[in-house]
Amino acid sequence: MLGGIALTLFCLWFSQNNHLLPVPASANAGAIDSLFNAMLTIALGLFVLVQGVLIYAGIRFRKRPGDETDGPPIRGNIPLEILWTSIPAVLVLGIALYSFEIYSEMGGLDPMASGGTMVAHNHGSHGGMAIAATMGEDSAADALMDLDSKGKALAYGVGAGRDEAASADLDVDVMGLQYAWIFTYPDTGIVSGELHVPVDKAVQLNIKAQDVLHAFWIPQFRLKQDAIPGQQTSLRFKPTVTGRYPIVCAELCGAYHGAMRAEVVVDSPEDYDTWQASMVAAVDPANKVTLAAATEDFQALNPKTMSDRDFLEPYGSEMGVTSQSFQGLPHHHLH
Amino acid sequence: MAQLQVRPLAEENFPEKTGGNWKKYFTFNTDHKVIGIQYLVTSFIFFLIGGALATGVRIELATPDVDFVSRELYNQLFTIHATVMIFLWIVPAGTGAFGNYLLPLLLGCNDMAFPRLNAIAFWMIPPGGLLLMGSFFINEGAAASGWTSYPPLSLVNGKSGEFIWILSILVLGTSSILGAINFLTTIIKMRTPGMKFNNMPLFCWAMFAASILILVSTPVLAGALILLSFDLLAGTSFFNPSGGGDPVVYQHMFWFYSHPAVYIMILPVFGTISEILPVHARKPIFGYLAIAYSSLAISFLGLIVWAHHMFTSGTPAWLRMFFMIATMVIAVPTGIKVFSWLATLWGGKLRLNSAMLFAMGFISMFVIGGLSGVMVASVPFDIHVHDTYFVVAHLHYVLFGGSVFGLYASIYHWFPKMTGRMINETWGRIHFVLTLVGFNLCFLPMHYLGLMGMPRRVAEYDPQFATINTICSIGSYILAVSTIPFVINAVVCWRSGEKAPANPWNGLTLEWTLSSPPPEHNFPTPPVLKTGPYDYGTLDKRGSKKRPISQLRASDILSN
Ligand SMILES: [Cu+2]
Ligand SMILES: [Cu+2]
Repeated sequence: MLGGIALTLFCLWFSQNNHLLPVPASANAGAIDSLFNAMLTIALGLFVLVQGVLIYAGIRFRKRPGDETDGPPIRGNIPLEILWTSIPAVLVLGIALYSFEIYSEMGGLDPMASGGTMVAHNHGSHGGMAIAATMGEDSAADALMDLDSKGKALAYGVGAGRDEAASADLDVDVMGLQYAWIFTYPDTGIVSGELHVPVDKAVQLNIKAQDVLHAFWIPQFRLKQDAIPGQQTSLRFKPTVTGRYPIVCAELCGAYHGAMRAEVVVDSPEDYDTWQASMVAAVDPANKVTLAAATEDFQALNPKTMSDRDFLEPYGSEMGVTSQSFQGLPHHHLH
Repeated sequence: MAQLQVRPLAEENFPEKTGGNWKKYFTFNTDHKVIGIQYLVTSFIFFLIGGALATGVRIELATPDVDFVSRELYNQLFTIHATVMIFLWIVPAGTGAFGNYLLPLLLGCNDMAFPRLNAIAFWMIPPGGLLLMGSFFINEGAAASGWTSYPPLSLVNGKSGEFIWILSILVLGTSSILGAINFLTTIIKMRTPGMKFNNMPLFCWAMFAASILILVSTPVLAGALILLSFDLLAGTSFFNPSGGGDPVVYQHMFWFYSHPAVYIMILPVFGTISEILPVHARKPIFGYLAIAYSSLAISFLGLIVWAHHMFTSGTPAWLRMFFMIATMVIAVPTGIKVFSWLATLWGGKLRLNSAMLFAMGFISMFVIGGLSGVMVASVPFDIHVHDTYFVVAHLHYVLFGGSVFGLYASIYHWFPKMTGRMINETWGRIHFVLTLVGFNLCFLPMHYLGLMGMPRRVAEYDPQFATINTICSIGSYILAVSTIPFVINAVVCWRSGEKAPANPWNGLTLEWTLSSPPPEHNFPTPPVLKTGPYDYGTLDKRGSKKRPISQLRASDILSN
């Protein structure tokens, strides 16, 4: 009995004080961490129980030398079996409900209203068209998107949270291609290899892929979504801690998959404005580099014959982006 | 039936074991015992090959930079590693080797329902495997899109390697389907008179459940791969988005097989564990019916959870929720099994030999994989850890800590029956300790890597993960070394080990009533059961003569 209490306390203590996850840097990351901690508590308890029984049995019920008799012929125990059927059933039901609750809170149950529609309508002429152009024909790309009965584009992924406004403060189009992420800001025309977002603002990413599957993952935000050629997916988050965090490609996309990294920079409002102004100034309106042209240039380079950085840098200057922005891309970034 | 007068009760004499009969293992032999051993040895060789590929992967990952193999070769290594381990080791070893060897013996019949089909199924394995290994030596190299082979990547990597991969899986999948037809028919039609479903050994239940899964799901994989090969070679666009195809449809079809495949790989091992524990704990299995029916429940539920591999893919929210709940429910029948096994051990007289140690190690390791499995089933958490090293850790706890530990336990347990020789226990225990230590050192830290942000299938990674990766690699080297004492022990004891009696473990299932190894046609007359398969602790009350359990005879189990 005492042991049981001590064990429960230990599992609780360990699970609440684990340092197994990176800093939570988005509004919903904390909720996911609580879910993880809760599951870890239960898992640890069951783990210790099972291992304890195994080790105890291995010592206590070990066959003694010379003992050739059998153990007691016990074939079952209905109340016990009901107990160990119902306890896991209740536990997983609880975890499922808790997960459901958190998923709905973080906006998982609302992908359609979360902005996929908005992007298709409002920003189609910016990033959307450019992407379509690289795919061959505008209509082809549009036709590939899933449409609901009202003709709105459905986007799979995480949308607006339960208590959040339908439209985000900032929309960014994300294009995944072998082997980089390219971020287009439809409202300003900024094209960047680094994702800058203002702290405490709702950000909506509309994710597409140019060639093969990729997956957009920011561990510190606890968010991941595949980038699927021909389909739009979306992620919605509110960064809460300023800093630089890695953007990791999590879906195998070819030889340089492990090098397909970028950075998200969560800026203070002032820093964000400064960055935005510098980027807008760098875009030469007479010779505006579209995403389409940029990706074509990018692909003309053969990554296999160059070092990772060499192969990205010309592309960066082409886009009017300082090569600094790309530093985090192909190389391991130290942080 | 011609009644050959082969003496089944081998307590009097061992059959003469001469060195001359090894040649039969290289022929088209229809004896289920020969086929079972053919499967076991062949798949174990592929286990060593797959392990060598994994060691290559871990050598590369010992440091953050790409310094051991090229990125292209690295992707081939982990792709073929997974393919070999799944399709050429665990599936053929669990179902093919133990299914074939044990089912007729446990059911009390002379062979499988379709012996020639059985031999055909086996002989598809070596060409399928050689084809796959051969693809390393073609110009473009082997398939490099992961064992999931997701389009569009699988359509743009080397075409020949990819096509050979598809062909090889189709051959191996067909073999698996033929095997499943045989297992199901044998279990349903060939049980010895008096053996009902509800008193057949639990391994038969597990094979029954696994065979249903093979029959229902494997054809869907075959369909997906055939369509993929059309996209690859004929330029169709079933899955190719550049022609209007949908790559997510492939993922659905692929996982419709490949999630059940996990149960195809683990259910036979659940079955052998349910046989091994009672024998060495000297107690009846606890909750026979619960274990039997939970296999069926797992089999059914296993068919409706596939999209939990697609929570971050193009999967609508309501589907994510459905597959989350369905997946978590599987924890209930799985928990029933684990708790029943623990209760079987409780109060027994545990013989802690190599078979028992691996069986207990199986429970211990599999539980870790099961618990992390419930965690990754939770959609919000899975969104963070999907496609990371957390999943790599999880799946290895299920498939190595579960299936492979269970297969080792089974090999130690039935080695005397299969070869007629005892296997050395000391070396068996050394093998167990090395495996347990190497395995946990290699895979336990991977949970942390994934949580902290390391994706899977990468040749290079953030230097902050270097130390832990080095530890994992050291663990994998120990794991690689751990196979050496096992292989030497098995080969030496098979050739010149101490001769095994008919029933070295005093087991009550039917294979122990036959000589070791059993005669060619097993039972000269259908055996009539006197005891149930798990009647430990009751025998001296029921047997005709009171005899210590150490002198158990076939006549205590059989009436005829
Ligand atoms: Cu990638
Ligand atoms: Cu699965």
